[in-house]
Amino acid sequence: MSKQTAEVKAVSRKDLTYREWIWKEMKRNWVAYVMIAPYVLIFTVFTIVPVVLSFVISFTDFNMLQWPNPVWLENYINLFFADDIFLIACKNTLIFAAVVGPVSYLMAFLIAWFINELSPRIRAIVTLIFYAPSIAGQVYLIWGTLFAADSHGWINATLLELGFITSPIAWFQNADYVMPLCIIVALWTSLGTSFLSFIAGLQGVDRSLYEAGAVDGVKNRWQELWYITLPSMKPQLMFGAIMAITSSFGFGGVVTALCGFPSVDYAAHTIMHHLDDYGGSRYEIGYSSAIAVVLFVIMIGANMLVKKVISKVGS
Amino acid sequence: MAKLRTRKHKVVLSRSAGGDAGITMVLTILGIFMFLPMFYVVSQSFKPLDELWMYPPRFLVKNPTFRNYTDLFTLMNDSWVPFSRYIFNTVLTSVLGTFGHLFLASACAYALAKIKFPGGGFVFRTIRTSLMFHSTVTAITSFILMSTFHMIDTYWAIIVPAWGSTLGLYLMKQFMDTNVPDTVLESARLDGASEIRTYWTIAMPMVKPAWLTLIIYSFQGLWNAGSSIYIYSEQLKSFNYAIGQITAGGIKRAGASAAATVLMMMVPILVFVISQSNIIETMGSSGMKD
Repeated sequence: MSKQTAEVKAVSRKDLTYREWIWKEMKRNWVAYVMIAPYVLIFTVFTIVPVVLSFVISFTDFNMLQWPNPVWLENYINLFFADDIFLIACKNTLIFAAVVGPVSYLMAFLIAWFINELSPRIRAIVTLIFYAPSIAGQVYLIWGTLFAADSHGWINATLLELGFITSPIAWFQNADYVMPLCIIVALWTSLGTSFLSFIAGLQGVDRSLYEAGAVDGVKNRWQELWYITLPSMKPQLMFGAIMAITSSFGFGGVVTALCGFPSVDYAAHTIMHHLDDYGGSRYEIGYSSAIAVVLFVIMIGANMLVKKVISKVGS
Repeated sequence: MAKLRTRKHKVVLSRSAGGDAGITMVLTILGIFMFLPMFYVVSQSFKPLDELWMYPPRFLVKNPTFRNYTDLFTLMNDSWVPFSRYIFNTVLTSVLGTFGHLFLASACAYALAKIKFPGGGFVFRTIRTSLMFHSTVTAITSFILMSTFHMIDTYWAIIVPAWGSTLGLYLMKQFMDTNVPDTVLESARLDGASEIRTYWTIAMPMVKPAWLTLIIYSFQGLWNAGSSIYIYSEQLKSFNYAIGQITAGGIKRAGASAAATVLMMMVPILVFVISQSNIIETMGSSGMKD
């Protein structure tokens, strides 16, 4: 049948203009549109429209109460030239993402690679140990208990016992420590989807490639990794990178839960917090939309950049 | 040339002992880093009061007790919104959100993966691009939209956006691409089965691992949802939010809060243990080719 239709299509396509042909195809496949309609409608309303709306509102002074007036670039000018805290937030967000994104990505890959040759049962247990923190809800709050400010905190008590410090340190209230600590906690919860994707990708690499590689002179596991494994799981590397980068911008809630809001001296203040502050608390929707747009551009930009880098792997 | 040896009928490269030792060491250190905090929560949740406040604090519990768990239920009974209501809220939104997402996303994924129609590629690329940004950027404008639809402070504010989450659709579409052969669908169509029937009776049974993965991802997200800017009525708030309130009750509730955390984390962890092999199978086709 497929051959027949192909011929019919080929003949009829010649007689039609491109637009007529598209219209015909659309009518022939009307069921497909019915099937995608409900999902696409919801996706559009709750993802596409909010992004577009953010762009539009970011050029106005909308505040939820009055009809918005256009202010053009004023919000953006204020953001970059008058809002010192925003610049701190930008710096912190970039540090946070630049550390958490790549480190969690590498960690996910290395662990997945290390456990790849274990027996299936042991691999399942190790996978669970590494993956559990990312799905266990608010379990990261335990870091607040471990690093509690007084001498009852396990870390303080241990350091006191060992004589490294003479008085307890208020870890999450100290501008010197909040950022590194939040990064550690974020890394701890970061072995999520990308990790699972790498495990599956490694399992899916064709075994015969390794044999062929051995014959061709691959000498050790590092060469095997570079010449065989990485190139054959490039699609997973790409997907994992996008997951890791996107989630490295989503740790605002973890920071707030551990350091409070605002964090001490804004030391762990990120763009996500700035956005929450202006949008959620002060209802300066125009201004917060400008913040959202900046964050959006940073996220997409980081992802595009990394996609480009990964497409070079093994080529 | 590398020496080959046979292990379990597979030919593998010889591995240096030094490399094996190094890898085991790195894995052990990272494993301890990942595992100890989880273990500490469990240990805390079984500590009696005097051990919680002992100096110096002990990592391990010495005289385990269920006191913290029973305290937790007492605390729950004291709250002015009954605790069963919070549990009901979370279960209701999790179930409705997850199943709606499963049906809408899998129907859409089937059409995008298995029917060639004008615009299909564009729709999929758009959805895939949305994986690149976190939902925090859309939170405030979503709030405005929902308030125009009068969805704020109703269950729908949690449920309906969950239907449109993108990761589930992406994984389902990718899995259908690789695991549902076109020839099978083609012969069903020849037999006169409608497209919707083919989707439901032929394609869907072939992608059970993807379903399960989609269900688990959606469920985890909804189950772990804490306070939401879309909900302000106390009686509509989630179980996780209520647990957070117990934790926020301060240091005197350290034990109860650890017990609550353990109870909350048991559910997603157990679900993952049961479904791990299916999730990994689904992730096998998660790759992005361009």
